[in-house]
Amino acid sequence: MSVETITFAILAVLALAGGFGLILSRNPVYALLYTLLSMFCVAGLFLTLHAEFLAAIQVIVYAGAIMVLFLFVINLLNLQVEDVEQVYYNWRTMGAMLLGLGFLVELLLAFRGTGLLDKSRAGEAFSYGKVEPIGHVLMTGYVFPFEMISVILLVALMGALIIAKKHAV
Amino acid sequence: MNFPDTTFFYLALSAALFAIGLTGVLIRRNGIIVFMCIELMLNAVNLTLVTFSRLYDDPAGTMLVFFVMCVAAAEAVVGLAIFIALFRNQRNIDINNVNLFKW
Amino acid sequence: MSPVVLSLVIVLPLLGATLNGLLGLLLPAWRKQEALIGWLATAMVAVPFFILVAVFASYSGEPVHFTLLPWMATGGLEVSFGYSLDQLSLLMGLIVTGIGTLIHIYSIGYMHHDGGFYKFFTYLNLFIFAMNNLILGDNLLVTFLGWEGVGACSYFLIGFWYSDMEKSAAAQKAFVANRIGDFAFLVAMFLIFWQVGSLNYGAILSEEGLARFTPSLSFWVALLLFIAATGKSAQIPLYVWLPDAMAGPTPVSALIHAATMVTSGIYLIARTGALYVTAPEVMTVVALVGAATALLAALIAIAQNDIKKVLAYSTVSQLGFMFMALGAGAFSTAIFHVMTHAFFKACLFLGSGSVIHAMEHAHAAHDPQDIRTMGGLKKYMPSTFRTFVIATIAIAGIPPLAGFFSKDEILAKNFALGLEGHTVYYLVWGVGIFTALLTAFYMTRLTYLTFYGKERYESHAHHPHESGPLMTVPLWVLAALAIVGGWVGLPEVIDHGHLNWISHHWLAGEHGPVHNLHVAHPSETIELILIALSIAIAGGGVLLAWGLYKKHDLAGDDRVVKLFGGMYRAMQHKFYVDEFYNAVLIRPLVSLAQLVVIPFDQKGIDGVVDGTGKLTTRLGGTFKKLQTGIVQNYAVLMAIGIVVLLGYMLFLQV
Repeated sequence: MSVETITFAILAVLALAGGFGLILSRNPVYALLYTLLSMFCVAGLFLTLHAEFLAAIQVIVYAGAIMVLFLFVINLLNLQVEDVEQVYYNWRTMGAMLLGLGFLVELLLAFRGTGLLDKSRAGEAFSYGKVEPIGHVLMTGYVFPFEMISVILLVALMGALIIAKKHAV
Repeated sequence: MNFPDTTFFYLALSAALFAIGLTGVLIRRNGIIVFMCIELMLNAVNLTLVTFSRLYDDPAGTMLVFFVMCVAAAEAVVGLAIFIALFRNQRNIDINNVNLFKW
Repeated sequence: MSPVVLSLVIVLPLLGATLNGLLGLLLPAWRKQEALIGWLATAMVAVPFFILVAVFASYSGEPVHFTLLPWMATGGLEVSFGYSLDQLSLLMGLIVTGIGTLIHIYSIGYMHHDGGFYKFFTYLNLFIFAMNNLILGDNLLVTFLGWEGVGACSYFLIGFWYSDMEKSAAAQKAFVANRIGDFAFLVAMFLIFWQVGSLNYGAILSEEGLARFTPSLSFWVALLLFIAATGKSAQIPLYVWLPDAMAGPTPVSALIHAATMVTSGIYLIARTGALYVTAPEVMTVVALVGAATALLAALIAIAQNDIKKVLAYSTVSQLGFMFMALGAGAFSTAIFHVMTHAFFKACLFLGSGSVIHAMEHAHAAHDPQDIRTMGGLKKYMPSTFRTFVIATIAIAGIPPLAGFFSKDEILAKNFALGLEGHTVYYLVWGVGIFTALLTAFYMTRLTYLTFYGKERYESHAHHPHESGPLMTVPLWVLAALAIVGGWVGLPEVIDHGHLNWISHHWLAGEHGPVHNLHVAHPSETIELILIALSIAIAGGGVLLAWGLYKKHDLAGDDRVVKLFGGMYRAMQHKFYVDEFYNAVLIRPLVSLAQLVVIPFDQKGIDGVVDGTGKLTTRLGGTFKKLQTGIVQNYAVLMAIGIVVLLGYMLFLQV
């Protein structure tokens, strides 16, 4: 077992644990912390894949910004104890779990059985992990979506302001 | 066992994370937790994309992850604003109480 | 001449219509500026006229083409707003814009103080635009656009005083009668496109184009185009709308319903003459229908007392003469008659308008159009009187005025065809001669009862007065043209036809677009006899009427009644054609609709429509229960869908 495999195994187990914790914890703050755990693990997996830049923004944007925003909102709403939901094990919950399981099986079969995984075409090394090549690609081939993203962010910002205003128009 | 032989495990992990997120969306009623489950699903997809990007040394996957993160940020902002507005009206964020589109 | 200048011929009238129409609609103050409106509209017709004159003066013998815009290009069909100025369209264009200009000027005087002054000139300019499209277009579709356009303008102008129900009804009648012809035009166009694959005159009438027509096809196409022409050019069986169209203002009757629009059918057949020559049966039908129409309308004209009705039936009759020429394959002669007829008939109509104006002021109580209450107008309206008499002599066919030359040529061509062994053309010729006699008679009657004799109204109370120079100047110009207009087509006996400029050098010359049927010329003696006969007939008709009405004045009609006996009543009632159509076509159609179509529409079609709505409502009521409004239900359904779809792709699809 190489170091890489051991690292992967630890990160994978932690990520899955974070996922289960998210969907099973009743308190939203705990759920949020489990999510954070999962996301840090994904960032670590990015690192093992040599995608250093993405790992960095995964931590900064996802864990640092978005999840903190979630936390703010949870605290802002200040949900009372009676608002904390029960997880009911009714027919829909069971059905949903079966669905999730079925979906997982199907996905695994898909990855295994189709030509998606063509290891013979595998690259020697990953040349898009660092900031410089990513910036280069972003500013050449992907400059139009890059500009569009900035517009989308602006629109989302204004939309959020309008929606969350006390006396919405 | 080194990369690329471990590729399948990465993909299997991302599938598992996605399935967990999906189940969470289907069973939880707290809007914010549902939302976090969606973020988890996005993360799972990102992991797949990075894996393939790494496997084929192709920038497209990396770029897509980058854009997904940006859109996720935008989506989170708008979604949380909606929950704030919803809470202001209903004093809770149980998504089963939102059924205005009912016939 | 550059295409930009040429395109002004098409664009300017449209511009004038748009300007006058929009400004009049939006600015009530504009409606009061009668001089401005009138002269603007006149200029929009006069400038094209002068452009056409310049083209005419510098014409090299080769058609001038120009294209405004591409129109449509789909599959095998490619049509553009293309125009072509050849001998035929140039001559028609000169007639339309020239007479159009005169009538615009006249209308400024005639429509003075009418509330719809700006509307009138908008329609008039629009009409000139459509008419220019009709005659200058180099393909059937542009011609059809103009064809529909003039029909619409005619409808607007007949119903110009639309608050009068009778006039609205007349407009509708004209529109419906024209639709029948238009339908035939469309079908003919489909057939032509189906066979030739093009709608351009050049392609259709070229040798390769004509070779694609089988005999039966050219028969049907020619017949359908002729039916189209009977609608627009008021021939049996569709002529009934034209007499009623006199409900419109008199300048409209002069321009649209005498000089230009009603000749578009003749233009169409002359244009496609090369096709008609290959369908001799249709030619015979054309000639016979023309002869029958000429005779019928002339008979009715004798028994009418409304000055405009007489002129209207006279127009129908003269159009019949033109069709007789077309039927004899003398297409250039038909166009020649179109030209001379435009001069004298426009003059007559404008003169009648002047008379009507005067009579309106003289006695408002009576019908100002009834010639029984006129008489002795010559001393009050000298200009109108003189021009009217000139035009009457011209239409009666007395040389050397215009009408004689064209009418004589028509009769001679028919007689020549008879000599060649087509005996039916003797019949056409005979009818033509008799109609010429009637024409001279009823026109003299009309002139005498209007201008001579003693006044049959209270002349001491209000004198009828002459119209202003705006109205008399066009009259004089037209009268001058009615005198000299025929000299471009001198008969065969003079210098072997070399002086028949219009046919031999212009329309049907070496490069001319008109392809006359080749008929051997009769001997000079026969021609001289024919000429003498037609002069005698015309002179006889005039003298007969003159003698009769000079002696008996209005009571001269009694003699005519006695002469025709029981038929006179029928003539007075227009041979009951309207009543016949009413009983045979309209009423059965209406009752059929009431008995069958309306119930079917209400029960059958409405039932299906309502049923669709009810079914949808019921289905919606059932399935709406799926819409719980709970987001997670939708999410579950979506997830099931994805799982099933993925499963299908994985396990069932190979």
